Amino acid sequence: MLRQAQRFLLSRAAMRWRRPFSTDLAEAPADSKFVDTWKKAVPNIDPPKTPLAFMTPRPPTPSTIPSKLTVNLVLPYDSLLSAKEVDMVIVPATTGQMGVLPGHVATIAELKPGVLSVHEGNEVKKYFLSSGFAFIHANSVADIMAVEATPLDQIDSSLVQKGLTEFTQKLNAASTDVEKAEAQIGVDVHSALNAALAG
Amino acid sequence: MAMAALRREGRRFAAPLISNNPINPFRSSFAPAEEQALLGVRSISTQIVRNRMRSVKNIQKITKAMKMVAASKLRAIQTRAENSRGLWQPFTALLGDTPSVDVKKNVIVTITSDKGLCGGINSTSVKISRGLRKLNSGPDQESKYVILGEKAKAQLVRDSKKHIELIITELQKNPLNYTQVSVLADDILKNVEYDALRIVFNKFQSVVSFLPTTATVLSPEVVEREAESGGKLRELDSYEIEGGETKSEVLQNLTEFQFSCVMFNAVLENACSEQGARMSAMDSSSRNAGDMLDRLTLAYNRTRQASITTELIEIISGASALQG
Repeated sequence: MLRQAQRFLLSRAAMRWRRPFSTDLAEAPADSKFVDTWKKAVPNIDPPKTPLAFMTPRPPTPSTIPSKLTVNLVLPYDSLLSAKEVDMVIVPATTGQMGVLPGHVATIAELKPGVLSVHEGNEVKKYFLSSGFAFIHANSVADIMAVEATPLDQIDSSLVQKGLTEFTQKLNAASTDVEKAEAQIGVDVHSALNAALAG
Repeated sequence: MAMAALRREGRRFAAPLISNNPINPFRSSFAPAEEQALLGVRSISTQIVRNRMRSVKNIQKITKAMKMVAASKLRAIQTRAENSRGLWQPFTALLGDTPSVDVKKNVIVTITSDKGLCGGINSTSVKISRGLRKLNSGPDQESKYVILGEKAKAQLVRDSKKHIELIITELQKNPLNYTQVSVLADDILKNVEYDALRIVFNKFQSVVSFLPTTATVLSPEVVEREAESGGKLRELDSYEIEGGETKSEVLQNLTEFQFSCVMFNAVLENACSEQGARMSAMDSSSRNAGDMLDRLTLAYNRTRQASITTELIEIISGASALQG
């Protein structure tokens, strides 16, 4: 009889602690104003989801300067670095190479074709970026978005030289503005590649 | 051998006596049944049932093959869609997500497929686009459509023809890549005046679940206005701008880049959803064809057995008439 009482008590305790159901989880933060106006205007259809519902949450702004910088390097085809903790990155902004340390002021930087170097401890990884944008947030998270990024050791210098001469020729022979602009872009990228391989 | 002779006799007697209403579930095929009866063929309705079974079996094979094709295409494109998901997150982290923004010129970019047989995802996208249009129809507001894909074109041309700005089809002729999408985004930005672009697509969550989603991209002027007025983007002013001569130039490049990135992700997700929806549609279609085949097989066996029984009855009654 005592054993039965024990079992009864245990089952009651187990019932009080219920495994959480998926409906109990907190609702993803949605834009409530949008949902409300939608429900009023179009009552029969469910409102569409917005990107906010699918975001991975970002860390809040800390009060002291953190020790590491979190870097996300994203390309259309892949995320090369996602939430990687590093010491410093140097990004090729249009105004020149910009170093970013943890605690950097919030910045939006436009990038030109150049070398991105990621410093972690003693190792340095260098990528050649085609242009893009870099956001540095107040919570020491740096987002770097580029269209292409290749590690420097995968670039062939002979092809770079060939491309450079080809585009300089095209620039000299260009007649319309569009052709000139295209050739100029080619020259810029190839000379940046050259400089990257050299130094 | 005597039975065989009697059977032959019975057949010759009975051919013109066949009452032309055996258990025939397909009444529409009555006329050919009569023709075949006059030729003296016993199994009239079984022929028709057999034809029907053959066509249903072929359809089942076709839908099964389509399901396999959709599964392989889904596998190929799913990894690319998942890799591109990191692309729009920094923009949302910086500029926030403001679907309830109040602007004068809304442009709704609806992304759908070119081919059909993919379930209800295209209709859902069109319904959401129409809903967004209704939402943003104030006194001095206007909404226009930019349509990607044949299916939305077919549905929206019917009732909103004068609100359509641009129609783009055959997006997936070549495998989707960023260059193609950025050229497309450039086209749209050049030819359409906009304050806010609302992209409607189906986000691929899993092979059986597709969520209709709308992503909002604001024009640089609206971004500045919202940042200054202290709306959702009030933190934007605290960011320093590096590069470019003026803030508005950088903001313009930023919004154009944001549009092409969000479009790329949206187009890939929609393509994944299309293949997933096609897989489940073709799967349920093959299952239905299988059920239909079972029912037809039962009907076939019943009519076959009934005709054999009728034949036997005639022979036996003929034989007993001869005896007695």
